[in-house]
Amino acid sequence: MQFIRKILSSAWKALFGDPVRAFGVVSVILLLALAIAPAKEHFSQWHSYQRHYLALIHDRGEAVSLRRRFQPGIHQIWIPELGVTDRCTTCHLGLNESSLADVTQQPFRKHPVVPHSLDGFGCVICHGGQGAATTVAEAHHSERAGEEPILPARYIESGCGQCHQNALPGTPQLNLGRTMLTRYGCVHCHAVTRPDGSKMVATDHPPSLTHIADKTTREWIFSWLKDPQAYAASTTMPNYKLTDADASDISGYLVSSSTPRAGDSASPSTKPVAAADPSAGPSLYGESFCSSCHAVQNAAGNLVGGDVGPELTRIGNKVKPEWLAAWLDNPRVYDATTPMPHYRFTPQQVTTLVAYLQSKSDSDYGSGAHPDAATPKQIAHGRKLIVELGCAACHEINGVQKPENFAPELSMIGSKPLAQIVFLPGMEHSLSSYIGAKIRQPRAFGASVKMPQFTLTPPQTDALTTALLAQTNRARSMPDSLRVAATPDTNYQPAGHAGKLITELACFSCHRFNGRGGDMAPDLTWEGSAVQRQWLTDFLHNPNTLRPSLIRRMPRFNLSDSDNKELTDYLLTVYQSPSIDQELVASNAPENVEHGRQLFYSKYACQSCHIVDPKTDKGYIGPTLTQVGSRLTGGWIYAWLKNPQALRLGTTEPNQNMSDDDARAMTAFLMSLKGSGGHGAKL
Amino acid sequence: MMSHFTPSCTFHLSALGALLSLSALAGCKHAAPPVAGLKAMAAGTAIVESSGGHQVGVTGTALKDPLVVQVNDDQGTAVPGALVEFHGSAGVGFDPVEMITDSSGQATTSVTLGTVAGRYHLSAVTPGKSKPATLDIVETALGYQQRVGSILADKYCSRCHDAESSPERVSNYDNLAVKPHAFTDGSALNKISDADLTAIILHGGQALSRSALMPPYGNTLSTSDVRALIAYTRAVADPPYEPAGTVYARK
Repeated sequence: MQFIRKILSSAWKALFGDPVRAFGVVSVILLLALAIAPAKEHFSQWHSYQRHYLALIHDRGEAVSLRRRFQPGIHQIWIPELGVTDRCTTCHLGLNESSLADVTQQPFRKHPVVPHSLDGFGCVICHGGQGAATTVAEAHHSERAGEEPILPARYIESGCGQCHQNALPGTPQLNLGRTMLTRYGCVHCHAVTRPDGSKMVATDHPPSLTHIADKTTREWIFSWLKDPQAYAASTTMPNYKLTDADASDISGYLVSSSTPRAGDSASPSTKPVAAADPSAGPSLYGESFCSSCHAVQNAAGNLVGGDVGPELTRIGNKVKPEWLAAWLDNPRVYDATTPMPHYRFTPQQVTTLVAYLQSKSDSDYGSGAHPDAATPKQIAHGRKLIVELGCAACHEINGVQKPENFAPELSMIGSKPLAQIVFLPGMEHSLSSYIGAKIRQPRAFGASVKMPQFTLTPPQTDALTTALLAQTNRARSMPDSLRVAATPDTNYQPAGHAGKLITELACFSCHRFNGRGGDMAPDLTWEGSAVQRQWLTDFLHNPNTLRPSLIRRMPRFNLSDSDNKELTDYLLTVYQSPSIDQELVASNAPENVEHGRQLFYSKYACQSCHIVDPKTDKGYIGPTLTQVGSRLTGGWIYAWLKNPQALRLGTTEPNQNMSDDDARAMTAFLMSLKGSGGHGAKL
Repeated sequence: MMSHFTPSCTFHLSALGALLSLSALAGCKHAAPPVAGLKAMAAGTAIVESSGGHQVGVTGTALKDPLVVQVNDDQGTAVPGALVEFHGSAGVGFDPVEMITDSSGQATTSVTLGTVAGRYHLSAVTPGKSKPATLDIVETALGYQQRVGSILADKYCSRCHDAESSPERVSNYDNLAVKPHAFTDGSALNKISDADLTAIILHGGQALSRSALMPPYGNTLSTSDVRALIAYTRAVADPPYEPAGTVYARK
């Protein structure tokens, strides 16, 4: 102690012993203190990156111009209306330098080509992270309250989704995610409002369970509830991981609450029909193009067919034959809003199809399901479970009300603060990993979580996560000028008897009219200007092949002559385009036709995609034109040749910028193609 | 003397921090930790690719199909129980990074490509009996522009330019008298400059004394669409496309 005191006092004496020395020492301390700030900046992380950048560009050929554009110091992109204060470009110095495209060393790489400029939008809008930070750790990895680490690259499309509510061609993942939110029934339970205020509406069609006992058995319901994917691998129904007792009680309630409906089990026809011919089933199934909407698993385990209707691999295990017969006779009796068309099958055809579909069964399926007759107590417990699990959010169920806001709203999930999230042990602390994990295995977050287990592939999970991450606070506060609105389906409904026919035949399931309908078949908004009466009548009676390469085609409906006329009249009168000039009559003089033929084959080489003469032409992409002169109107052909995209947005036929004369000659040539076999003949 | 130390300590710390974070950026970013405790029960002498090579994916995302490799012995018979390690450049992720071959001698991993567009050279290594056997695998990651190009190519071009046919999508390739080049055909396309490719797409084959069966897309596709298409063909070209680049005079 004595010793230390001695040293201290001698040090004091040495430093502050006399006034001059003390002044000198104090001055040195002051100078050093003043040097702290500049030294700190000199040794800061961003400064060292800027020095590295200068070293990197020093030896490059374009060094002079690169150095001229380099500005030392902190850079900042400030866009107050977007809430962007990004200093990322302080270290990421080569983002706008196209000559640094070959540099792979970060943070100096050039930004890949994207449609927006950095200066106009900043960085964090798409990438997340802390834009104002000037150290790597703070900018990229901050997990503090109210902050969020940088977004992993695989969710980058969520950035686009904040402004773009429409489906962009360059963001397939975001588009898939948004489709899934409505297609997989997420929005039945979770309300999702888009930033522009419109609500996401479910596009799936969960069946009503009010008459379920007419349709299927309690044994099937039990097996289905236990594991929906065991019945149909492609179903969107999630697995609730129910115990045997719970599944039995729920099936008990559904069957006991089901009300019978007249016509569901009665034979559709009193006339006796011949026994089904087993070989006629597959061909009728094929001719009716059932597989355009329904998939069936083939021997190799692959699903073949569309996903508009339910998978039919084991349909024989599910439905009662009498219900199936009534359904095929007229599906709208059981479900007025089904996307399935009323085919108007003959009783013989119904019998054939029922026999064929009933043969699609798996003898092993549901063999263990023999629930005992349900007691009133079990039925009451079943109802309690249905209410708790929110079954009625999707399905109409007798005696259970559709719950409102059953699950948390997801309209702003993309801005959920990390502080509000309970992460699982070992999980990366970021919003994207939380959302992904919640979709993958919801029940891992606690036994009381009601959300069921969905069967999704990793790309589907990523797509859903991307779509949800786009639902941010920033997207809501965005100026309206930046917002690109979605184009939701209109609620267009054609009127009159023809409108009723269009609904019954479910034309909207495949075709689009005035902004409503499916995209499996051509948009018919202007069909009346495009086709000729005789052809349309024949086509509705017996659709022939227009596009040989398509496997999904127009099915044949057994329309009566009067219904056919009604529909033809309506299509031809109502769906007229104002831009088509039918008065324009192309001269059908032989020399004009010949000139058109020359243009078709040599100047425009249309035979690369179309067939006019089946002997020589092989083009497979566009529709066959052998009898286009009896199918389309001259006005439509002319307008189409002049600008195909104006008539059908997004059609692949290129706009050839044809002169009026050329288009007229080509129209004359095409109108001369009446076909050899007459109307409706197949190739 | 005390006052001398405080500031210089700060210098050291910040300099050290910069160095540390730089080294973190340079090398070990995203490198998944090797799984400890995998013991090989057998050893092969060769490793071959079963499937999953030469895929075209998107930057930062997992490839569509898993990468499957097979370990063989001298006779070319599959070796179950051999250890396989997957290696890639910075940013590439494997799930799992190393594994033991299954009963058919195969090891399957899912590959996530890095955030830089371009070709990725990956390798699968098995320790072998005396010396390790290595297999090189090439995968391609598309950036935003290149992927827009691939989507456009799928819609407008590949029905003719891709000879692969499927029931869902019949190729028109066989119907064309003059055969179009596949977009991956680097030996033909690498020789054509960006300007020439643009001209062919905009004005059609006929205007440039090529096949008249190629129609002009100048009134259908936008300039950025055409640029995206070219970026896509360059990205998937095999052999790889090497731009001539700008030539500067040496000082």
